[in-house]
Amino acid sequence: MERPDLKQALGRLLGPAGPEVGCDECFAELDRYVELELAGTDADTAIPGLRAHLDGCPACREEHESLRALVGGEQAL
Amino acid sequence: MTAVASVVAMRPAPQAAGKPTSPPLDRESRQWLDQLRSKGPEHVEAVDRLHALLLRAARFEVARRRPMLPHLRGNDVDDIALQAADDALMSVLARLDDFRGLSRFSTWAYKFALLEAAVKLRKRAWQGRELPLEPETWSLFSSAGLEPEAEAEQGELLSTLQTAINDVLTPHQRRVLVALALNGVPIDVLADRLNTNRGALYKTLHDARRKLRKHLEELGLSLDLWEETN
Repeated sequence: MERPDLKQALGRLLGPAGPEVGCDECFAELDRYVELELAGTDADTAIPGLRAHLDGCPACREEHESLRALVGGEQAL
Repeated sequence: MTAVASVVAMRPAPQAAGKPTSPPLDRESRQWLDQLRSKGPEHVEAVDRLHALLLRAARFEVARRRPMLPHLRGNDVDDIALQAADDALMSVLARLDDFRGLSRFSTWAYKFALLEAAVKLRKRAWQGRELPLEPETWSLFSSAGLEPEAEAEQGELLSTLQTAINDVLTPHQRRVLVALALNGVPIDVLADRLNTNRGALYKTLHDARRKLRKHLEELGLSLDLWEETN
């Protein structure tokens, strides 16, 4: 049975289960992570814990989405 | 304090200890560094170009978020983008030695402008608003349409969660968890009001989440299993 609200809320409350980097390391590695992603490389293996942090931190996730969109858009030109 | 300065140390990822060695810089990145570190007209021209690059990124971010900020006027939007680019310029110039060449220079610089713009917009959106620090959304988890057994199960889970949040967490952890994870207050906004920074606040959130998970596991509640099976 689908309970999207509660599922989402549980995810926000409990955060990622695995190890994650903090906001500072996320920011330090974000440019490399995005370029690896856009190159089709396994960014999650190259930078462990960053994806988990993006899952747990909405602010860093938004900034990741923006950087990926900006750089990806330029590469597409 | 710029937004960049407010995103400070938390803890390293356990597996992230082995940093990659810096590769040789690509030609464009090397050119940026050389010109920004030079003196005279070449330096001034490079700073101008960097500001233009950062302003482009800041405007990109503002444009992405504009639909969520309908009350902002055109001048406000332009001002925010410009302030973000100005602050990002200071941060980038102060951190040139941090650039390791693991991405292109432009990608590295963009993230400063995106961060500055995003933080300014989050703060603007919550300007003058009272922050909800008490749980507001438990009642939103409607049990409408659930079978009686599932409804009882959901009710029990919510009750256990509420009790755990009240009993296991410190008052500060509870306030941070409820504001950020339950009530959707942006982390930069809460950091500003509590006179702290994003990194420290996320550390508090992280510790609170770990405590909650551990407590629920000790009670025999596997939330991951619940999420998978419901």
